Amino acid sequence: MDYAATTPVDPRVVEAMLPYFTEKFGNSASLHSVGQEAEAVLESCRRKVAKLLGARPSEIFFTSGGTESDNMALKGIALANKNRGKHIITSQIEHHAVLHPAEWLEKQGFRVTYLPVDKYGMVDPASVERTISEDTILVSIMHANNEIGTIEPIEEIGKICRKGGVYFHTDAVQSVGKIPVSLKHIDILSSSGHKIYGPKGVGIIFIKEGTKIEPIIHGGGHEHGMHSGTENIAGIVGYTKALELCIKEMKPETKKLLKFRKRLIEEIDKIPDCWLNGHPEKRLPGNVHFCFRFIEGESLILLLDQKGIEASTGSACSSKSLKPSHVLTAIGLKPEEAHGSLRLTMGRFTTQEDVERVIKVLPGIVERLRKISPLGK
Amino acid sequence: MYSKIVMDHFKNPRNQGRMKNPDGVGKVGNPTCGDVLWFYIKVKDGIIEDVKWETYGCAAAIAVSSIVSEMIKGKKIGDVLKIKNRDVLKGLGNLPPIKIHCSILGVEALQEAIYDYLSKNHMSIPEELKKAHERNVKTLNALEEH
Repeated sequence: MDYAATTPVDPRVVEAMLPYFTEKFGNSASLHSVGQEAEAVLESCRRKVAKLLGARPSEIFFTSGGTESDNMALKGIALANKNRGKHIITSQIEHHAVLHPAEWLEKQGFRVTYLPVDKYGMVDPASVERTISEDTILVSIMHANNEIGTIEPIEEIGKICRKGGVYFHTDAVQSVGKIPVSLKHIDILSSSGHKIYGPKGVGIIFIKEGTKIEPIIHGGGHEHGMHSGTENIAGIVGYTKALELCIKEMKPETKKLLKFRKRLIEEIDKIPDCWLNGHPEKRLPGNVHFCFRFIEGESLILLLDQKGIEASTGSACSSKSLKPSHVLTAIGLKPEEAHGSLRLTMGRFTTQEDVERVIKVLPGIVERLRKISPLGK
Repeated sequence: MYSKIVMDHFKNPRNQGRMKNPDGVGKVGNPTCGDVLWFYIKVKDGIIEDVKWETYGCAAAIAVSSIVSEMIKGKKIGDVLKIKNRDVLKGLGNLPPIKIHCSILGVEALQEAIYDYLSKNHMSIPEELKKAHERNVKTLNALEEH
């Protein structure tokens, strides 16, 4: 029940990767046949990924994952376009992999607008349009939120950016392979392997042809100079296979997850003093996110774990900063409300039994913690 | 992340509950910060005869409440006032650095309960406890303003 954090590698993906650790271990930059074989596999992966996403192979670059792709997008665009403008627009609910590079760019003299969201966590495309000014160079809005699962209107935002002559980046780490993604109005997109039943340490960045962007990692000139460093061929093969499987199996998987989501939301909603966060419909099929009054999320997570259910919370007590989740405060929750949050995220290997177990044990755990708590009595 | 002792107290909290007609009550923490500890004590002949507590917070806050209640039950007030947060940490087999404040909160709740008992009964309050009380009230007000 914590698939948004990470996913197990699908056995079919492991199988596809294995030969690239031992027999086919070449460096794609080498001239000999083992190296050339690696080069051929790399380019074949690039073609496959491009085809699956609807891009040109020359627009796909392999990276070490979502965080690196997001860093490349923000810093790379900022550095390459700083003479054109120094304004960047993003939202308050982005992943830290976008927010922290944005904050870093502020220290380097860039101006960043962090757009607010509504109570469902939606960015208003009109607010993007209003905020674009002459020196805006980039808009970065995530496709789907990792905590509350809200799917952002990125098509509309992308159109607005194109009209305004501004680059549009989307962090699609939570959406690629889960819901359809169209690159039509996107200039740059980040995706990660470990969220789609692929390995950790690999991801991609899609950069539309003609985009002015600087690399942030320099060296041997791999990935057309965009990402130097010997390519992680096994990881890249794994990412490619994982993406292929996700897209091939998206329809039945979505159907299953929507059924589970509906059941969980209906049943959890029966617990007193709780509410659903995120958008009721425009949300990731596998995401369920609730707040419970008078109890704290870390305790909830640990008691669920005792019952074999792995979940997550935006409570301050579970974070390193002792601050509640920025996403939950951005949708208007008070800190004491955010502390009582529970995220359940389902995926490929979630079963009906897993769902029923949550429905069976969650009410009792909430009740137990409320009995201990002095609040709400 | 947590020691076995912490997890044991969290899963099987001792002396948990609300007390009817307590002799002293100590309330510390704030929902905004994610921890609220309420301590109730019954005192007879200078001895903590019974203790109950209610806590809103993480596993560490719950475990601290539980072990503090165990540490003070049946003890003389004078001895109980000597308990420091490092004694609580020792009893729990330590807490992660970021959770140390929970152990401090436990000691503060205890101080407040005893202060409440002594002042309600017009008994003399040790100078150190007076100072601790002033500190605790100050923290509480700062939290509320925050």
